[in-house]
Amino acid sequence: MKILTHPTSSVDSTMMFIFVAAVLTMPIWLTPIGAAYPDLMQRFVIFGLFATGFNILFGLTGYLSFGHAAFLGIGSYTAVWSFKLLGMNPIPAAIFAVTVSGVFALVIGYISLRRSGIYFSILTLAFAQMCYAIAYSDLIGKFLGINLTNGETGLRVLADDPRMLDGVLTSGIDTSALTVNLFGLDLTHTWVWNGFQFNAGFYFCAFVLIIASYIAMRIFRSPFGLMLKAVKTNQNRLNYTGVNTKPYTLAAFVISGMYAGLAGALLCITDPLAGAERMQWTASGEVVLMVILGGMGTLMGPMLGAGIIKFSEQKFSTWGKPELHEFLAFIPDGIRDTVVSVASLFVGSGWHLTLGLVFMLIVIFLPGGIVEGGRRILMIVTGSNRRNRQIQAAAQAAE
Amino acid sequence: MDAIILQVLNGLEKGGAYALIALGLTLIFGTLGVVNFAHGALFMLGAFCAVIMRSLLTYEVATGEVEATAWGTEVAVTTPYVTQLFGEFGNTLIDWAVPVSILLTIPVMLIVGLVMERGLIRHFYKRPHAEQILVTFGLAIVLAELIKAQFGANPIPVPEPAALGGMADFSGIFGSEPGTITYPMWRFVYFLFSAFIILIVFCFLKFTTFGMVVRAGMEDRETVGLLGINIGKRFTFMFAISAMIAGLAGAMYTPIISPDYNIGMEFLVLSFVVVVVGGMGSLGGAVSAGFLLGLLQSFSAMNEVKAIIPGIDQIIIYLVAIIVLLVRPRGLMGRKGVMET
Amino acid sequence: MAILQVRNVNKRFGGLQALDDVNLSVEQGTIHAIIGPNGAGKSTLLNCFVGRLTPDTGSVMFNGKSLLEISPHEINQAGVSRVFQTPEIFTDLTILENVMIPTFAHRDGSFKVNWWPRVDKEAQTRDHAMSVLDEIGLADKKDIVASALSRGDKRRLEMAMCLAQDPKLLLLDEPTAGMSRADTNATIDLLKRIGKSRGITKVIIEHDMHVVFSLADKIAVLAQGAVIAEDLPENIKTDPRVKEAYLGEEAVA
Repeated sequence: MKILTHPTSSVDSTMMFIFVAAVLTMPIWLTPIGAAYPDLMQRFVIFGLFATGFNILFGLTGYLSFGHAAFLGIGSYTAVWSFKLLGMNPIPAAIFAVTVSGVFALVIGYISLRRSGIYFSILTLAFAQMCYAIAYSDLIGKFLGINLTNGETGLRVLADDPRMLDGVLTSGIDTSALTVNLFGLDLTHTWVWNGFQFNAGFYFCAFVLIIASYIAMRIFRSPFGLMLKAVKTNQNRLNYTGVNTKPYTLAAFVISGMYAGLAGALLCITDPLAGAERMQWTASGEVVLMVILGGMGTLMGPMLGAGIIKFSEQKFSTWGKPELHEFLAFIPDGIRDTVVSVASLFVGSGWHLTLGLVFMLIVIFLPGGIVEGGRRILMIVTGSNRRNRQIQAAAQAAE
Repeated sequence: MDAIILQVLNGLEKGGAYALIALGLTLIFGTLGVVNFAHGALFMLGAFCAVIMRSLLTYEVATGEVEATAWGTEVAVTTPYVTQLFGEFGNTLIDWAVPVSILLTIPVMLIVGLVMERGLIRHFYKRPHAEQILVTFGLAIVLAELIKAQFGANPIPVPEPAALGGMADFSGIFGSEPGTITYPMWRFVYFLFSAFIILIVFCFLKFTTFGMVVRAGMEDRETVGLLGINIGKRFTFMFAISAMIAGLAGAMYTPIISPDYNIGMEFLVLSFVVVVVGGMGSLGGAVSAGFLLGLLQSFSAMNEVKAIIPGIDQIIIYLVAIIVLLVRPRGLMGRKGVMET
Repeated sequence: MAILQVRNVNKRFGGLQALDDVNLSVEQGTIHAIIGPNGAGKSTLLNCFVGRLTPDTGSVMFNGKSLLEISPHEINQAGVSRVFQTPEIFTDLTILENVMIPTFAHRDGSFKVNWWPRVDKEAQTRDHAMSVLDEIGLADKKDIVASALSRGDKRRLEMAMCLAQDPKLLLLDEPTAGMSRADTNATIDLLKRIGKSRGITKVIIEHDMHVVFSLADKIAVLAQGAVIAEDLPENIKTDPRVKEAYLGEEAVA
């Protein structure tokens, strides 16, 4: 018998506090493991946001979308258009990205959610591939006779774009560098203190992530979240309980689409460029990997998964044989060459092989992901399993 | 008119490939109840199997003699080892290297399918569809990356068999001027081949007891289980057959598109759309939807159509899939109750 | 007053006349049993009440409102709850959550993005769910995951979920199927007890004669899709047509 104890609000507050502290001090504690580059940290945060949103759909309702990268791309394109038309401020860009991706999610979700199971997955995949093809060849732009996505080159901000609000919001500041700025604060700026790098763009993204995670936590613990979990376990029962499941799943779909759009907008902060490859189905697959690896349906899992994947990608994909030789220096010379040549399959350009293998192992042996693994270890260590059994024995005796 | 006939031929060849992959996907789904996202990887493996077999057949070894080149330097003379081993027969083998390597793909892919089913898929019969999708998706990544590690990311060109190469002139058949409707011979062969395989599979299911059990299993897995027929072994075999069909489809496709490690994924996405349009679990649906979408795709690639709606050829399949699923939620020939939850 | 009024309901499946001009009238606050041999159309009839099936002809009126052509959640929101033959519960969630969900559904209606409040701070809902669990006898297991329950407990949980909604009409599909004699008796007591103070009307489909005669205020007998008798239990016991169609069959068996 399994006993579930739910975190109380004070546990959640503590967790949230630790999380906020951990995110804000990332430039410090990531330095020893060599991951404190502003660019990489920003990716941790952005993909953590993307995965958190995806988890609201996949983790809670169980609907597996294979097309969420489309919303990431739509968010990016919208953000760049906001930069082009309104100016280099990230706030209108984020607001528009969330709105536009939300509208797209509403339409795509409304149609896709008429089906469930694999049909749903394929429908979302079809929509995403369609968005990709449309963006890659700028089909709508060609149709309308304007340059909407700028095709395979990608959309970027040009010097002669109107940027109407730039003069208003940042009077007296030179914005001709075309970098994103928050009311004059250049978001590509990095302060250095004792060798630690504090990047303005990273903190902007971190701030957004904290708010978004807090909202996700509220959703998880709310009656709305409970209904979404019920959709996953028994949709039939829920219908006969007087609940209309369609709007619930659609709401989850739209929320996760908005998270993806927001993540897409944040991707344009360091580099105001939107390309179609962001919408390819491999990108949709990646966010599934992140959520599964971390633990679907858990609050922190997706963020953990996103961090691990982006970190390993950065590390492993840049490794080659020399690094491996150095890393495996403890192995005797004779066999080291063999070990290195085998290991080199898994690093550098072969990093996706490692990713695929790890992913398979997780799905086969630990469908609950890292969070579930951690929970099991914790249970063994604290012996809470035994305590649970005692509670169950008591419950059975009382029966 | 001529252009339309050409597009029909094009569509039949493309549709043939879609239909073959979709057929295997449906067989696996219908019998084993597993959603196999690694099916495209089997297509890719088949293609590379043919590449490997061909390079094995034409592998050259040094004879020990040296020869002077036109520039006066000396190089070692090499001859294919099959020539050394079998003499004249070896030379014939090399001339026929492409068809022979395609034939050799059959046993290899059967074994690959067997190992895959026994090693992985079997343990996922009872797991949720989402987990089946995920684990086979992971497997697809692994297989593609292994091929990339061995062969690199660039496509590997493969010639068609000499006897079946070149252009075929269909003008006479349609009563046009000679030379107006010419079409690559091998592509037409591909269509005939896919039609042939589909016919064999349908006959097999229709006229053999084995096929009858499989069909009954596709109708209702539980009932067949109750009959006491050892369905497990038959399903393993069915998986191997499906893997072989996908592999063969890939091997035969190598002269048409030079294979790279990613080819499987491209075909998989399209084939899944085909299966869903045809109706999950319906073999007839898979085949007809394969050809239908192949034809639609080639027609929408015509300049006359593209002039009206630019870029329609790139989105037509997805557009059709969305419309079909909205109008006929179970696909063209889908049955009630298949993959409803 | 009749709370559920079934008029001339017909349903065909291909060549099979599953329901043949069924008329039925269930009085407010009573326990109404529908019995009949296998394949008599009992489940088909029940499915017509909850929106799972739509009859070919006829009408199903609940409190003066038609239950046809509306979806299951609307029927439930109108006050009809159903207990299934194989328990339909939320297996991944705890017992308490299982009962809180219908409570929320009763309070918030069929859809509400109620994302800000915490479930564990919803004291009223929680208390209501706990009182129902107390009534049904599952209160001490409230934090156990539903999948871990025994079959009998799962069925009791499903009853609790239905009761939590304060339904006007409770439909039960063979509530004692597969139970031991002792469990059956416990369920009979439970069914007599629950919701009595609130005057919940119950319609029970049942095979077991013992259950039917110890519970029902009125019994309808279904055979080959048609109602052959609808009367008080004591009259049903002596009705020759019923004996022939149903009891006779059992006596032969």
